[in-house]
Amino acid sequence: MYSVRPEFIILCHSRRGLPTLHLLLPAWFRLCAGVIITLMLVACGEEPWNSPYPAADSSRAIMYGSFSERPKHLDPVSSYSENEAVFNGQIYEPVVQYHFLKRPYQLVPLTAVALPEPRYFDADGAALPDDAPREAVAEAVYRITIQRGVRYQPHPAFARDDDGHYVYHDLDETTLGDRKRLADFELSGTRELVAADYVYQIKRLVHPRLHSPLAGLMSKYIKGLGAFGQRLREVERDTGRPVDLREYDFPGARVVDRYTYEIVITEKYPQFRYWLAMSFFAPVPWEADVFYGRPGMKERNISLDWYPVGTGPYMLTDNNPNRRMVLERNPNFRGEAYPSEGEPGDAEAGLLARAGERMPFIDVAYYSLEKEPIPEWTKFLQGYYDVSNVLADSFDQAIRFNAQGEAQLTDTMREKGIQLITAVTTSISYMGFNMLDPVVGGDGDRARLLRRAISIAVDYEELISIFANGRGVPAQGPIPPGIFGHVDGANGINPYVYRWVDGHPVRRDIAEARELMRQAGFPQGRDADTGKQLTLYFETVSGGPGSKSLLNWYRKQFDKLGIQLVIRATDYNRFQEKVRKGTAQIFGWGWNADYPDPENFLFLLYGPNGKVEHHGENAVNYDDQRFDELFVRMRAMADGPERQALIDEMVEIVRRDAPWLWGFHPTAYTLYHSWFGNAKPNLMGRNTLKYKTIDAELRARKRREWNQPVVWPVIALVMVLLVSAIPAWRTYRARQKESVG
Amino acid sequence: MIAYVIRRIAYAVPILLGVNVITFVLFFVVNSPDDMARLHLGSKHVTADAINKWKSERGYDKPLLWNTMREGSDRATDTIFYRNTVRLFLFDFGQSDSGRDIGYDISQRMWPSLAITLPVFLIGLLLTISLALTIAFFRGTYIDTWAVIVCVAMMSISGLFYIIGGQYVVGKLLRLVPISGFESGWVAIKFVILPVLVGVVGGLGHGTRWYRTIFLEEINRDYVRTARAKGLGEKAVLYGHVLRNALIPILTGVVVVLPSLFLGSLITEAFFGIPGLGSYTIEAIQSQDFAIVRAMVFLGSVLYIIGLILTDISYTLVDPRVRLS
Repeated sequence: MYSVRPEFIILCHSRRGLPTLHLLLPAWFRLCAGVIITLMLVACGEEPWNSPYPAADSSRAIMYGSFSERPKHLDPVSSYSENEAVFNGQIYEPVVQYHFLKRPYQLVPLTAVALPEPRYFDADGAALPDDAPREAVAEAVYRITIQRGVRYQPHPAFARDDDGHYVYHDLDETTLGDRKRLADFELSGTRELVAADYVYQIKRLVHPRLHSPLAGLMSKYIKGLGAFGQRLREVERDTGRPVDLREYDFPGARVVDRYTYEIVITEKYPQFRYWLAMSFFAPVPWEADVFYGRPGMKERNISLDWYPVGTGPYMLTDNNPNRRMVLERNPNFRGEAYPSEGEPGDAEAGLLARAGERMPFIDVAYYSLEKEPIPEWTKFLQGYYDVSNVLADSFDQAIRFNAQGEAQLTDTMREKGIQLITAVTTSISYMGFNMLDPVVGGDGDRARLLRRAISIAVDYEELISIFANGRGVPAQGPIPPGIFGHVDGANGINPYVYRWVDGHPVRRDIAEARELMRQAGFPQGRDADTGKQLTLYFETVSGGPGSKSLLNWYRKQFDKLGIQLVIRATDYNRFQEKVRKGTAQIFGWGWNADYPDPENFLFLLYGPNGKVEHHGENAVNYDDQRFDELFVRMRAMADGPERQALIDEMVEIVRRDAPWLWGFHPTAYTLYHSWFGNAKPNLMGRNTLKYKTIDAELRARKRREWNQPVVWPVIALVMVLLVSAIPAWRTYRARQKESVG
Repeated sequence: MIAYVIRRIAYAVPILLGVNVITFVLFFVVNSPDDMARLHLGSKHVTADAINKWKSERGYDKPLLWNTMREGSDRATDTIFYRNTVRLFLFDFGQSDSGRDIGYDISQRMWPSLAITLPVFLIGLLLTISLALTIAFFRGTYIDTWAVIVCVAMMSISGLFYIIGGQYVVGKLLRLVPISGFESGWVAIKFVILPVLVGVVGGLGHGTRWYRTIFLEEINRDYVRTARAKGLGEKAVLYGHVLRNALIPILTGVVVVLPSLFLGSLITEAFFGIPGLGSYTIEAIQSQDFAIVRAMVFLGSVLYIIGLILTDISYTLVDPRVRLS
């Protein structure tokens, strides 16, 4: 790997007629010289010293990323977090996926032959048209046909002997032996994906020994799922052993033939198609449950929660979330063509250059644990990570804003060829008023005016600028940009908080807020009847000293209206408990979209989802009869002008009532190196790794260029230490002589 | 001595029980089983049924310390505390609340921790003692004065500064070693160099000054004067007499930390991406995984007690006058 210069060899050998070096120089000097010369020689080598990866990998199409928190669940029935989807999204294949390039987000088939379309039936079983009213629909049936020839990744669960018997399905504590990891199983096998695997996974949603966050929600929609779960629990209680789901059926999910299955929904619920794109509805082979369910497996940490089994383009070959997680190309993956269509501008951006080519393009994805942002950022700049978020500590180093307020890369980033992509996330960060609270809540004018006054006073533009480095868009309502129902421009502003001036929304003057306070009976922040200053309470999770400035900022915003804001910082458990019990008055909250439909945001304000009474996701316990009526109608409608009209009315209602300070939609900033291709953000799709490309040669060249070791300061330091030791050495010699004398 | 050690081990049992009780009470004062379930199950769409099921599977549906619904000894044994505590004394750590084998995880994570803490400990000890002896040799000279100033300055700097500074200078500016990461086998050396260097340099000021104080105290004793009067050279006095007699205070501080080297360092491991035990407990507290918390607190207590016993035993090895009885 390292070359040795000829002159070094000559130096180390005796020349004819001259004494050898070791006779001329003291041992310590020769040692130091040797170390220094070796350092200089190695510095001239090919591979950077600071590379954290093996030299042999530098020319391979490997993507290097990082993660900061270990995934808790990789079993698709339990997995629901973003950091888990990074892995599961590449391994498991639901029947549908989001188109990688097209916006607004749209579903396309993944393993399905075609997009599943529901057929509606009334209570008598008669077929109904697609636009049948919600009330008339008793059942919605999704018949899904999957592609033939899709195969699972190699896995020991499928391994069979010559007689066709499963090799590892009868293991016990003894026969398991010393096996501690999946890699310790010598044999593996595969099989074709069948419709029964999808039905099996739907049954797993209510398996008595599994915990699916979707079990409760889906029991409301999938016919007979709740009762099926109850039945399984009873069977398991009676038999005392785990149930084999293959032995039990229920009417909500049934196999039609080898490649076709049906899901029966008990109402018109068009959003169900989005759930089909999530890993909850990905296939799980029954062999996996039998294999992982053998005695001793769980005790050895061998479980589906740790070692997923899928049909996707990648498989997890190293799961050590304390160090790294490695996805490698699934050798049994059928291949999938890169999309040949996108939205305007995609072709010009080079995003269609690989159109029609067989994916995936990257062989391995290597994710390292990075708990601290400084080393993560440094390694990105050194070229050891291909992609990075813009971290708060290094924001100024990476981003600057031009005169128009647009984010641009700094010169340092440009020189490195780093590129920036930004995307407003389909999420919202808001401040909620507990509508059950006697002061800020309720349907009365006094509280409504108070909430509206506060909505004007809390300047989210300033918050985004100071505390989020400009990474956010002030929200005008509950629906983020990019989701059907969101309205841009003058028609889309919240008129209770903003005015439209010169093509931009401008926050209403604080004087208007003060006038609202006066109308509410709190002139200058004091109760008109008692004269007492209004005191409100803001519940938050204690964020340590770092959050102090933000909390002071909140106090300042309320102080504009003469309101004293008391911050109640507490731990996460107590915070959640207060919101759950309805004892929190004002609190910060947020929501990330499960799917790109307005229903997924408006349901956060739907009365029957109230947190206190119904344990739902309506954290502020907002309850408005008209809003609820419109919500029920809107939920069952297809996107179109009629649905938009209902959404507009609903948004107007909640803007008027202001149960939330609408807060902001965070903007994601992502940096990527010049060798990383097809970097278009897709905030809904979780299976985007297969679309990415890596120019490994360019990366290796850049890494070498950026990471040449600098040795001279070390040599200089050693020299300084040696020189500075000379007086000490003289003193030592003098003392020794003195002592002997 | 054997009787002494057995007695000390016997004393350890009530101490460990007490530590367990305190850990248990502190943990459950802050986290209820419902909170634990919610954190494990996630914040979206969680139902009361799911929470009850989670608690039931892990035994968290039982009373904490006393079960009034039971009779006889079951009142004490059919509780969360009893079920989680007894097997710890058999060193059976069981499974974490997320289903992982804690013993296996500890056995996997302690080696990377040791790969950092052991070299830092050994090199640091050797270097600080050598430096302290050298400074003691030059006592009263400008070298001594400047050495103390540098030591105090180094002591005053936060450990975090050494880490970030070390990463910046060695990893970023000089680009000599990876700034973070870890691999097993011999490749680990290039990942270990920087954290070890930072660990050694970070502990140099404190250690050197502490040992210098010990050596100076010894240097002024009568036996040293006698040794010099016999005509021994300064080197012989320092290494042959002062160092040997200073071993007891050195051992007091050194041997006790030996067992806890297994537990690693939280901050060092976090910054350098070392997959050790340092962050195991903190991660468990954050994820409200009581099974891991109690196991790690128990293990920490056991290792500390072992450290104290080893310290006592080491006294007898370096000072023949010490008898354990």
